[in-house]
Amino acid sequence: MNEGLLHGVVYSVLIVTVVLTATAMALWFERKFAARLQTRLGPTIVGPIGLLQPVADLLKLLQKEDIVPDNADAAIFNLVPPLAALAALGAAAVVPFSPSVVASDLDVGVLYVLAIGAVTVLPIFGAGWSSNNKLALLGGMRAVAQSISYEVPLLLSAMVPVILSGSLRLGTIVQTQADHHWFVVWPFFIGLPAFGIFMLAMLAEANRIPFDIPEAESELVAGVTTEYTGMKFALFYMAEYVHTIVASAVGAALFLGGWDGPFFPGLHWMVLKTLILFTAVYWIRWTLLRFRSDQLMGLCWKWLVPMGVLLVGAAATWVVVFP
Amino acid sequence: MTALQTVQITRRVDPHLSIDRYDPEGELMLLHFGPQHPSTHGVFRMDLYLDGEKVVKVIPHVGYLHRAVEKLCETLAYVQITPIVDKNDYVAPMTNEQALNMAFEAALKLEVPRRARWMRTLFAELQRIASHLLWLGTFALDLGGALGGGSTVFIHCFRERELVLDLFEEVTGARFHYNTHTIGGNRHDLPAGWSAKVHAALDVIGPRLDEYEAMTLENRIFLDRTVGVGKLDAELALELGITGPILRACGVDHDLRRDAPFHAYDEVKVNVVTAQGGDCLARAQVRLGEMRESVRLVREMVDSVPEGSINSGKPVKLPVQTKIPPGQVYVAIETPRGELGTYLVSDGTQFPYRLKIRPPSLHALSALPYIIPGGTVSDAVAILGSVDPIMGEVDR
Repeated sequence: MNEGLLHGVVYSVLIVTVVLTATAMALWFERKFAARLQTRLGPTIVGPIGLLQPVADLLKLLQKEDIVPDNADAAIFNLVPPLAALAALGAAAVVPFSPSVVASDLDVGVLYVLAIGAVTVLPIFGAGWSSNNKLALLGGMRAVAQSISYEVPLLLSAMVPVILSGSLRLGTIVQTQADHHWFVVWPFFIGLPAFGIFMLAMLAEANRIPFDIPEAESELVAGVTTEYTGMKFALFYMAEYVHTIVASAVGAALFLGGWDGPFFPGLHWMVLKTLILFTAVYWIRWTLLRFRSDQLMGLCWKWLVPMGVLLVGAAATWVVVFP
Repeated sequence: MTALQTVQITRRVDPHLSIDRYDPEGELMLLHFGPQHPSTHGVFRMDLYLDGEKVVKVIPHVGYLHRAVEKLCETLAYVQITPIVDKNDYVAPMTNEQALNMAFEAALKLEVPRRARWMRTLFAELQRIASHLLWLGTFALDLGGALGGGSTVFIHCFRERELVLDLFEEVTGARFHYNTHTIGGNRHDLPAGWSAKVHAALDVIGPRLDEYEAMTLENRIFLDRTVGVGKLDAELALELGITGPILRACGVDHDLRRDAPFHAYDEVKVNVVTAQGGDCLARAQVRLGEMRESVRLVREMVDSVPEGSINSGKPVKLPVQTKIPPGQVYVAIETPRGELGTYLVSDGTQFPYRLKIRPPSLHALSALPYIIPGGTVSDAVAILGSVDPIMGEVDR
């Protein structure tokens, strides 16, 4: 029992540290990457090739005045930023970075990830409601509609690897892929579309372009974060990045074989796959325009959900026919 | 004007909808959209009455950038006015100078040398390319956000716009507020080797326009956001005095460059670009087509600029002493945004008695109460971006 507790503490501290550091580096990476897409240089001044830019950003945000609007619901207003960061970090607990590096290999790992993902909408809605700002309220409304709708295709697509491997434990899902094939490789006609739906739904949950309508800065100024300043804003910002990293890691584990790969240790492969997915997310973000919220709902309910249902059916048939 | 093809609109929005009667319970949300808002293209304000996300009524408010330019002009000598009006349409500053000085020349019955007219035409077309590039960039920003794909288009468009500004800098020494047109002609002659630089710049811009077309008109999300959004019918557009790309996007084949040629437009063939539908997509199509057409025109004209003097004004001891005989004159030119008119009343002194500027953007904004209601907040942003308002000339 004590050993389990120690394991949990050590790994959670380790993983939180790693994920947060990765978030800081992701900020730098995104800025450099976006700059190259836009024929700019990106950060160059702070540190070698601008590597210390996230530190400078953080220091700047720490110095900002912390403002709570007069008519805001102060209790909720102050509570939700850490909650957002917490919910985003929580999902990292069950990600198997290698056969041994996992904070807690829950029996219901997939369910846990999806549940934590669903919780992330609460702080966003709370922020939109408590800010007492019309733009924030509109952002909150959009966020709730979007997150709850995309929960459905996310669940359906995550069901596919669960059915194929016969387990809700992420470790077992990765092990099944290591023993046979990655799910995007075989059966590719089930795994590949399911992977696509999973990533789209994850983008929508993490509020990334083309699904970032809750914060749509050209329409709603900054959406739910309009009234937030300084570190509270930074926490929301961080939550988004952590969510993207964790979503990429979960996607890699569910569909791309997780830590499975030749020549190098499992951890290397897991990190590499996560980074590739993460880069793809940012590539999409800095290339595409934004959907309108009703079009977003149309995409979800008219395309992703029926396809998800079909894929779950196909996966179930596959398991029965080729056990 | 040629045949009017009306876009079929089943029901027109009532811009004077009484909110008290429509919504006696006070359920609607009134959102003050602007003047400090990232997508209002300056300091424009719209009062949006929202039913959820749906816009029920729009009240546009202008005047936040009012600088009393017209009144100020009444206290300035004629040659001093040019740099003031430069700031009106600050995205296409050159066209302001052209319209103004053409009015002065018309009042003075002054013939502009052919070389100067050709140069003005060239500048106007280059200015059109620069202005439409900026529009494309900001429109993409409105659709895609400052932290996403929109800003990528925006910065790419600015890159090409720089090339045009470099060309202007070469001629006038200024990148933006040029003050190069004066009564009777131009102030700065074309430097040697300028046409080669124009060709070099167009060699870059031309192919990139293809890229932009692929990035926008063939982009599924762009089409989803623009098709059928902000539909304006031709009749209403004409009623409201809308001109330029917005009118041509309604299918009305109207362009002052061809219909009432000024500068050297009577010596070249201008192909007027029109589109059907009157929605945001049609406006984008017209502007993208016009950029191509401008590239073609500039290429055609830049090598054959006639030799000669660039200014026909008689040498005077003090230019500020220029007097215009009593009378009134109205001159209109086609700017990137439509018909920019200058109405001048002179009482024979060295100052204008009244100078009225008719900005195309103001008329374009007057369509908003008709075309925004029924859409969502996102549509409102897209529509506002597609009419390309420049607040500097709206408020003057």
